[in-house]
Amino acid sequence: MKSWLTTTDHKRIGMLYFWTAFGFFLIGGLEALLIRWQLARPEGMGISAETYNQLFTMHGTTMVFLALMPLSAAFFNFIIPLQIGARDVAFPRLNAFSYWVFLLGGLFLNASFVAGPLFGADRLSVAPDAGWFGYANLTSRQFSQGPNVDFWLLGLQILGIASLAAGFNFIVTILNMRAPGMRMLRLPVFTWMTLVTQFLVITAFPVITVALVLLMFDRFFGTHFFVPSGGGDPILWQHLFWMFGHPEVYILILPAMGIVSEVLPTFSKKPLFGYTVVVYSGVLIAFLGWSVWSHHMFSAGLGPIADSVFAGTTMLIAIPTGVKIFNWIGTLWGGQIRFTTAMLFAVAFIAMFIIGGLVGVTHASPPTDLQQTDTYYIVAHIHYVLFGGTILGLFAGMYYWWPKMTGRLLSETLGKWHFWLTLIGMNLAFFPMHFSGLLGMPRRIYTYSAELGVAGFNLVSTIGAFLIGIATLVFLVNLLRTYRRPVNAPNDPWGGATLEWAIPSPPPVYNFTVIPSVESRMPLWQTERHAPMAPLPERPPAPIHVPGGSWWPMITAFGLPLMAIGALSHLIPVVIAGALVVVVGIYRWAYEPFEM
Amino acid sequence: MPLVLVAALLFLTACSGPFPQSVFAPKSDFSTEVDGLFRNIFWWAVVVFLVVETLLLVAIARYRARPGAAHPKPVHGHTALEIGWTLAPALILVFIAVPTMRTIFATAGHAPEGALRVEVIGHQWWWEYRYPSLNIGTANELHIPAGTAIQLDMTSADVIHSFWVPRLGGKRDLTQGRTNRIAFRTDSVGEYWGQCAEFCGASHANMRLRVIVQPDSVFERWVDQQRAAPAAPAKGSPAEQGQQIFRRSACIGCHTITGVSAGAVGPNLNHVGGRGTIAGALFPNTTESLHRWIMNAPSLKPGALMPPQNLSGSDLDAVIAYLQSLK
Repeated sequence: MKSWLTTTDHKRIGMLYFWTAFGFFLIGGLEALLIRWQLARPEGMGISAETYNQLFTMHGTTMVFLALMPLSAAFFNFIIPLQIGARDVAFPRLNAFSYWVFLLGGLFLNASFVAGPLFGADRLSVAPDAGWFGYANLTSRQFSQGPNVDFWLLGLQILGIASLAAGFNFIVTILNMRAPGMRMLRLPVFTWMTLVTQFLVITAFPVITVALVLLMFDRFFGTHFFVPSGGGDPILWQHLFWMFGHPEVYILILPAMGIVSEVLPTFSKKPLFGYTVVVYSGVLIAFLGWSVWSHHMFSAGLGPIADSVFAGTTMLIAIPTGVKIFNWIGTLWGGQIRFTTAMLFAVAFIAMFIIGGLVGVTHASPPTDLQQTDTYYIVAHIHYVLFGGTILGLFAGMYYWWPKMTGRLLSETLGKWHFWLTLIGMNLAFFPMHFSGLLGMPRRIYTYSAELGVAGFNLVSTIGAFLIGIATLVFLVNLLRTYRRPVNAPNDPWGGATLEWAIPSPPPVYNFTVIPSVESRMPLWQTERHAPMAPLPERPPAPIHVPGGSWWPMITAFGLPLMAIGALSHLIPVVIAGALVVVVGIYRWAYEPFEM
Repeated sequence: MPLVLVAALLFLTACSGPFPQSVFAPKSDFSTEVDGLFRNIFWWAVVVFLVVETLLLVAIARYRARPGAAHPKPVHGHTALEIGWTLAPALILVFIAVPTMRTIFATAGHAPEGALRVEVIGHQWWWEYRYPSLNIGTANELHIPAGTAIQLDMTSADVIHSFWVPRLGGKRDLTQGRTNRIAFRTDSVGEYWGQCAEFCGASHANMRLRVIVQPDSVFERWVDQQRAAPAAPAKGSPAEQGQQIFRRSACIGCHTITGVSAGAVGPNLNHVGGRGTIAGALFPNTTESLHRWIMNAPSLKPGALMPPQNLSGSDLDAVIAYLQSLK
């Protein structure tokens, strides 16, 4: 127990990230099922407007910040040091800190579901209810009086710290900790996409942090940054939020694109087609991703010039994205394709992402977007991209790397059930939303009139959502089975080409008995010019220093929610106590003696 | 495959009637323009979808692993292919971008000279309309003449809302302190459905509206009616009794009836009896729904500012009779 609380081992932190994020994924999924339950028929199934607004706000917030990002982080943690031939990340204790801040931030945010009585509310739940995008001026104290929005803006600030710390950590790790010979253009594509993602994190999160701090000042100290009646501008919030929010979309999708770029070559027995083009198009997507934020605001009335410019930049992104898809198909072409569960998810990722991407082009055009934005058509689009894209990609990664992470193989039979139920479920759930949206159903409505004629589409969506729920339970059983009825995995169950497959499953605490020398992009494969890397010795020829654990990252992390609780309850001494915990924690951490 | 189904269904939905908020039955110059652009982009998307998904399906069908097959050739890439599949989407995007830019400027919200200007003000959760040139105002049901250019100047009294009547055109947001415009012209007389599209709090789902497009003569009659002072109830009628009760109840704090009250929080009730719906176009304007609404508005529309009214049965009937007399 103590060894898990104080661990700085990237592999253990990776597993902590995985199970925590998976737990939040189940909570976010439960919220989605309640939403779909309510919408199963016109005029609702009895969920109140207030509860419904909390559910969709928390569903979006949870899935983005507490499920998808940290599930990617689980793989960053576990896999990146292995792929680059390192013993750990650059800053192991900072890594532990990121995890604890993430966990505590997530718990803080979700505590709002039961915190009502503490704030004298007449209901149990005071969860955030202004949407995951928290548009001003609905979030001002005048229009959102309770602690709901406070939970949201404080929780997101805490989570932002976790993301930023991890972002810097992984950039330094990938740039500085590579094994000899692991040149930048020999990095596995997953590592490359992680690097690009972290650059987006460290540039995008400061923007939302600024926005959240301004909102915090508006709500706590009566400033008027976003309050029009006081001279502020609610449109400023939209700019700041989407300057973060659009890069965030790529923060969510690029890691999945990286995973797919690992899985496809392995199970086609062919190198990735156009490696450099795939890498550079990932960089280009991220770069363009900074210049498109206002396409979320075409209905805000920015004027025809701004709309034209942002339409142009948005359409440009379709090009590198399309290039990636063609290269993935090029990888499959001429290969020897093995349809393992991981491969099925990777291929489905491509198929579904194409739909999400093409639908996206229809709202890159501002005039057509005026009929689409804020309707279920957009809900369909983001779910094809974030479920059909990110989540299918993450599932591919889970089936691919679970044997490496735990030393246990997942059941392929259960895996295929999981895959087909998920694929059918997601298409039933999300495809009809294109129709309900274009037939006039706005987003974020807890009830709709039978006369709109969208009841049938909604019922099908609900059935699909519950099918996804069943599929996820099958996956959970599959995961737990590996603990109960283990099937041990060899070093390299799939015939992978990258360094993580050169070491035992699960890897020993020091990862590599000797740090490998890398001579090609696919060190474990026979290529035209290079023989596969020689197996590493089974035992370390010399003693390897592994840093011991530390309490201070976790203790420091506790200071942050403490400060947030103080702010929430307007108790200045608690804020100061939390700040002291952070300062003392960092001080003790900095001067912690070196343990062997 | 799914997109082919979409295509089939698109055309089905385009010609059928039971979807009052469908974007596929455009009835104004604005919505027709947008619809044409959407169809253009949609067919490009269908073509790309078919090509790419077919390639993907062919690849996985053709190259599945067979026992004893030789190790595949380790192809690393192909420069000409890379250039080709970079240029092809770029070219298609040109065919989408050019009409897009044209439509952006065509639908920017500038109406020609002589357009009828209506101010739209969003409130949590109802719509206020003012016709400055006609010196009238109403709520939730926007009346406009057919065949005349319309310009909506839109702003909000509180949070951000979005005015959306799909068959008459795309939505635009209403933001406090700003004015956004929509301009359109329709020749089709009829009643069009819309609702708020920007999440605006508890009853966002209940912020609906109607646009009633009328032939000139009918519209003019409606304007005259709106200009006239609210009807005075006949002496001794239940409506007159209702007016007395209205005068001394909490109603006057929020609602205006010219000559009776001057509240400005809720909709103006001068001619409420002539409206087809109440409560943000949420319920038909019937005795039964007025009854339920006045007795407990927040239970029908969460967050509604109108508190439950403590009226006896006979008083309530009288007030309803009065409201219904205000044609």
